[in-house]
Amino acid sequence: MLYNEPSPHEVKVLTRRFGLADSASIKTYLKTDGYVAFEKALKMKPEEIIEEVKVSNLRGRGGAGFPTGLKWSFVPKTSPKPKYIVVNADESEPGTCKDRLLIENDPHQLIEGMLIAALSVDAHAGYIYIRGEYRYLIDIMDKAIAEAYEHGYLGRNLLGSAFHFDAFTHTGAGAYECGEESALLESLEGKRGVPRIRPPFPAVVGAFQSPTILNNVETFCAAPAILRDGGAAFAALGVPKAGGTKLTCLSGHLNKPGVYELPLGFPVKKMIEEVGGGIRNGKKLKAFVPGGSSCPVLTAAECEGLTMDYDALAKVKSMLGSGGVVVMDEDTCIVKVALRVMRFYAHESCGWCIPCREGTAWLRKLLQRFHDGHGQRSDIVLIGDLAKNMLGRTFCPLGDAAAMPTISFVEKFRDEFEAHLDGRPCPYEPANRLAAHLVAQ
Amino acid sequence: MTLSPHLEAKFAKLLTSYPPGRQRSAMIPMLMFAQDELGQVTQELVEEVARRIGCTPLQVEEVLTYYSMLHKKPLGKYHVQICTNISCMLTGGAELWEHASGKLRIGHREVAADGFFSLEEVECIGACSWAPAIQVNYDFHHHVTPEKLDRLLAGLRSANAV
Amino acid sequence: MAAPVKLTIDGKAVEAAPGTLVIDAAKLVGINIPSFCYYEGLTLQAACRMCLVEVEKAPKLLAACTLPVAEGMVVRTETPVVAEARKYTLEFLLTNHPLDCPVCDKGGECELQDMVFRYGAGESRYSENKLHVDEKQWSPVVFYDGPRCILCFRCVRICSEGMGVGALGIVNRGAVSEIAPNHGDHLECDECGMCIDICPVGALTSGTYRYKTRPWEMDHVGTICTHCSNGCKTTLGVRNGQIIRGNNRDRSGINGEFLCIKGRYGFDFTDHPERLQSPLMRVNGKLEAASWSVALAAVAKKFSEVRARHGSFGVIGSTHTTNEENYYLQKFARSVLGTNHIDHHRSGDVVTLLDALSGTAGSLSTTADLYERKAVLVVGADLSSQQPFLAFQIRANYRHHQARVYVVTENEVREDGIAAATVRVDKGGELAGVHSLAEKLKTESELVIVFGDSIKGEAVRELVAFGNSLGIPVKYVALVDYSNSRGALDMGLVPELLPGYQPSNQPGMTVGEMLESESLEVLWVVGANPLESAAMKAKDAFVVVQEMFLTETAQRADIVLPAASAYEKTGTVTNVTGEVQRLKTGPSTMGAKPDLEIIGLIARDMGLAAAVGPWIADKVFEEIRATVKGYSVPMAIISAGGAAHTMPVNGRIPVESRPDLIHSSRDNLFTSGTLGRYSKMLGSVMEGRQA
Repeated sequence: MLYNEPSPHEVKVLTRRFGLADSASIKTYLKTDGYVAFEKALKMKPEEIIEEVKVSNLRGRGGAGFPTGLKWSFVPKTSPKPKYIVVNADESEPGTCKDRLLIENDPHQLIEGMLIAALSVDAHAGYIYIRGEYRYLIDIMDKAIAEAYEHGYLGRNLLGSAFHFDAFTHTGAGAYECGEESALLESLEGKRGVPRIRPPFPAVVGAFQSPTILNNVETFCAAPAILRDGGAAFAALGVPKAGGTKLTCLSGHLNKPGVYELPLGFPVKKMIEEVGGGIRNGKKLKAFVPGGSSCPVLTAAECEGLTMDYDALAKVKSMLGSGGVVVMDEDTCIVKVALRVMRFYAHESCGWCIPCREGTAWLRKLLQRFHDGHGQRSDIVLIGDLAKNMLGRTFCPLGDAAAMPTISFVEKFRDEFEAHLDGRPCPYEPANRLAAHLVAQ
Repeated sequence: MTLSPHLEAKFAKLLTSYPPGRQRSAMIPMLMFAQDELGQVTQELVEEVARRIGCTPLQVEEVLTYYSMLHKKPLGKYHVQICTNISCMLTGGAELWEHASGKLRIGHREVAADGFFSLEEVECIGACSWAPAIQVNYDFHHHVTPEKLDRLLAGLRSANAV
Repeated sequence: MAAPVKLTIDGKAVEAAPGTLVIDAAKLVGINIPSFCYYEGLTLQAACRMCLVEVEKAPKLLAACTLPVAEGMVVRTETPVVAEARKYTLEFLLTNHPLDCPVCDKGGECELQDMVFRYGAGESRYSENKLHVDEKQWSPVVFYDGPRCILCFRCVRICSEGMGVGALGIVNRGAVSEIAPNHGDHLECDECGMCIDICPVGALTSGTYRYKTRPWEMDHVGTICTHCSNGCKTTLGVRNGQIIRGNNRDRSGINGEFLCIKGRYGFDFTDHPERLQSPLMRVNGKLEAASWSVALAAVAKKFSEVRARHGSFGVIGSTHTTNEENYYLQKFARSVLGTNHIDHHRSGDVVTLLDALSGTAGSLSTTADLYERKAVLVVGADLSSQQPFLAFQIRANYRHHQARVYVVTENEVREDGIAAATVRVDKGGELAGVHSLAEKLKTESELVIVFGDSIKGEAVRELVAFGNSLGIPVKYVALVDYSNSRGALDMGLVPELLPGYQPSNQPGMTVGEMLESESLEVLWVVGANPLESAAMKAKDAFVVVQEMFLTETAQRADIVLPAASAYEKTGTVTNVTGEVQRLKTGPSTMGAKPDLEIIGLIARDMGLAAAVGPWIADKVFEEIRATVKGYSVPMAIISAGGAAHTMPVNGRIPVESRPDLIHSSRDNLFTSGTLGRYSKMLGSVMEGRQA
């Protein structure tokens, strides 16, 4: 099912079957070039598959943006251990709701992507780790898996070859941290979702102590298109060093929020104004988060000339992340946003390491007090200072994810923090607006 | 512990879904599927799952208390989960939460006296582009307004009032 | 051996084996990188972030506890950036940590306090509410104060990895994570207290010690545990002549960080209210208090009379008294009283083992061998329950060196969980079980065989023959029960053997024979309780008992002389593997005297002191070193509190071994013969289990 109208600006590669009748069925899939790429890959050597993915400039769609072909090439060729494919469908980054659509509307594309990855490293089993909240996707995925077995795309001697592959769904149970790949593997093994010490990385020691390809749903879903149409064609859709399209989740104060497949390098202003239909109620843009709540916030001014791709966003010290674009209008209280973001990370911190466990809890309480009007001037410095001292010092990236936006909120919207000082109520609460207006006069 | 045939079948499949000696992997799915039927994770279930996958009840306890969707206390027949994370907050999620809490007269992770509804303020449920969003049990509801929520809750009540 | 890796830490050149972690490599050059969660020998965590260091070319600080050394690596451990990071981490930690240091048991020995002091993180900018949860009692031994917990997970790891128990876990998530026991609100475990000792802060405290004292008010006396035969060093915290706690502060013993409940908490028998503090004499059929001089004079008088008419003396020695006391006692008995009726309770067939090994060298295992040798075979013993340190060594060997462990026992044992092969046998079927492992054991490169009292007499010879048939180096441990069971044998507290396993060539009576004898005129019992389970036939015999408590035997005595415990005296003891270590005097109990002194005073009052020599432990030990085979151990090791391996004999022992007399008491973790009966802590754990 689709939950929003498509946009004419979309370049539909991964979402090409969205909206087709019975798009999740293998019947529809096979009618629309389904499993063609897998057939092609079956005839290729593993290194040729990896090379094609490298050529595509596909970068990981989960948030870190690591080159996918390179990641696959790290799986040791000579390891006597079985190899595994693990799909990260633990989509939990606030602002992100794309993997859900990919599985809901086109589950076979994911299976085909897993098969291609499996061929590239000679893996024979794969697990799709789906966040617990997406229970209905497990049913959809299980049905697709059953269809694939029936049609000989899963199981033994696939398409008459010596290759065999089994796929399983696995449910999570509510933990953002399990989106971190090593925590996901722990969870897959029936443990607390606490990250592992890295290195070794999953490519070498992953699921069940064995070499593992672990990627986001969207990353795997790109593989069939890459193999079918060639890596170069996929690369050409994007920008240099980052090929293809990105499922972009527009949310917040937009007229037409929704999930849209846009080519990498899409202009931010056009994305907000044309794809997203502009800020609702005719308001002005105040800020936006380009790739999920862990990315540093960008101001309206920073949108000028900015494009949605890894390098362009890195240049302005933010990230493409998972593609969760959260747009905030002029009436948004940034302190409240900072508080809500920190509440989330404090709730999701696994508790393993001190700076993240204690830092997020401290910042949550501090921001709550601050937003409630009990802040002091020194608190503004303290918020930034604490966040900076979490950054880069935690056991896993969750600490960074909490710190980065916080630092950016304080640095870019210090005036809003100051507006909450001296016992003043939040000037953006509708009830307080008149009072704030009078004070300003 | 006697489980329903449906659950037995699920457990049996789970035990063969992971590599040999890795039955512990089935722990979380077992707890989730069983909770769906039992309404909560009971101590009896903890011990049963531990026995089936060959680990200690403490190891199950460690895991189950880590994950926010696993509950040791019973939930309502309909567990109303309201997202107030950033995208939903920007579009009225917080107000929706206040509304629901006032309407049902229960707070975060509380169950109404008749056990019909329970309420939880949840973190991002992956419906940001169609915010504000809620889940009732596993069902998503998008673009929810207080009025829509009222109708939804009333609908659930009347559907069950036989 | 791979070439060492060369790196630089704080400007100092370091060479370390490949794979060494930077935190350990730093120690090689005297640099201590701080940490809470890193604990040598336990799995890595990288959780506390205290060990972050600067590494040249690395974009951010790295955790030294998980960072292997690399060629040319340049590490800086105390730069301003590093110090700043640590200061912040400490500030984060202190946000929810209660600052109740003034009443915290850990105050003064708290790693968090020390670290805050070191990094000057004394000022906090935290002005929010602290999380609070109430303290919980999980067992008679273990209390947990959640807010103090810094979640370093040392306790969880030592319990699961070190002890093989896994009674502690981590529950909840984020800032409200906490440690949880295995049975909801309480613990069912070994009650070893390892979790308490390893806790860097005051989160885990012990039922015996909490709120009793400040650590600096105590003297810390590292001595040898007086319970089982394993010979662990325990550090007694002594204040005003009283033991306040036992712990592992002094990790210099053979046991390293290990102690079981007995070593850690089983000291409380020393100030049990029923402890004897005055000699007792039977007056009109009742035991009444008497002065030392009167009691000793009475003993001396009686002994002199009986000796003068060559009457029959029976002497029963102890499995807890020191080598010096045992040696002195048998010397007195044999040379002064002229009797060879001297014995003690035997619990393992060391005699046959030594005889069977005659002519071989290096066949007696040490406790260190159990940690280092590539394979271990356990025969007929529940080590984790009965010989807990030996079990700990084997588990550590398995974890650190992937040792292969083989188990042949009647019942399930904890070692099954780490065993390469387990054979379940019926009682008496142990040897057959061992033989069934022959092919597997032949593939090993070396082996230690540990066997209990079901292997005795001919079975020991068969076991050694089996060991010889494997074609690999094999070492042995014959298990015995108590802290100086081995020393009692070594010192000749047996009728058929003199010290050093020299044949006595004079048939004397065994314990059983003494009790059965109707003509025995004097029975002298030093630290034993033979009448607990047997009756004494010689109704008119004069019974002298040296004891701490009014045991069944003491109740039968004509004169009871209050004895000092092992914690109240000096001397040496020899553990199950023949390692001799020295006791140190901790507390003192008014009225009680060490057995050595008591024996000496009896000799003095008999006017025969010159015949036995001075009753000074060091002097007696000199004599032992000079005259007892295998005991010419280096004094330097003994004096420094180390363990010296004795090699009692290396030749045949031409006596009839008495396997019929060998029975282990099979004390478990919570029993300890007479001492256990007078330990409230051990008693309360037992009660809790029965409830």
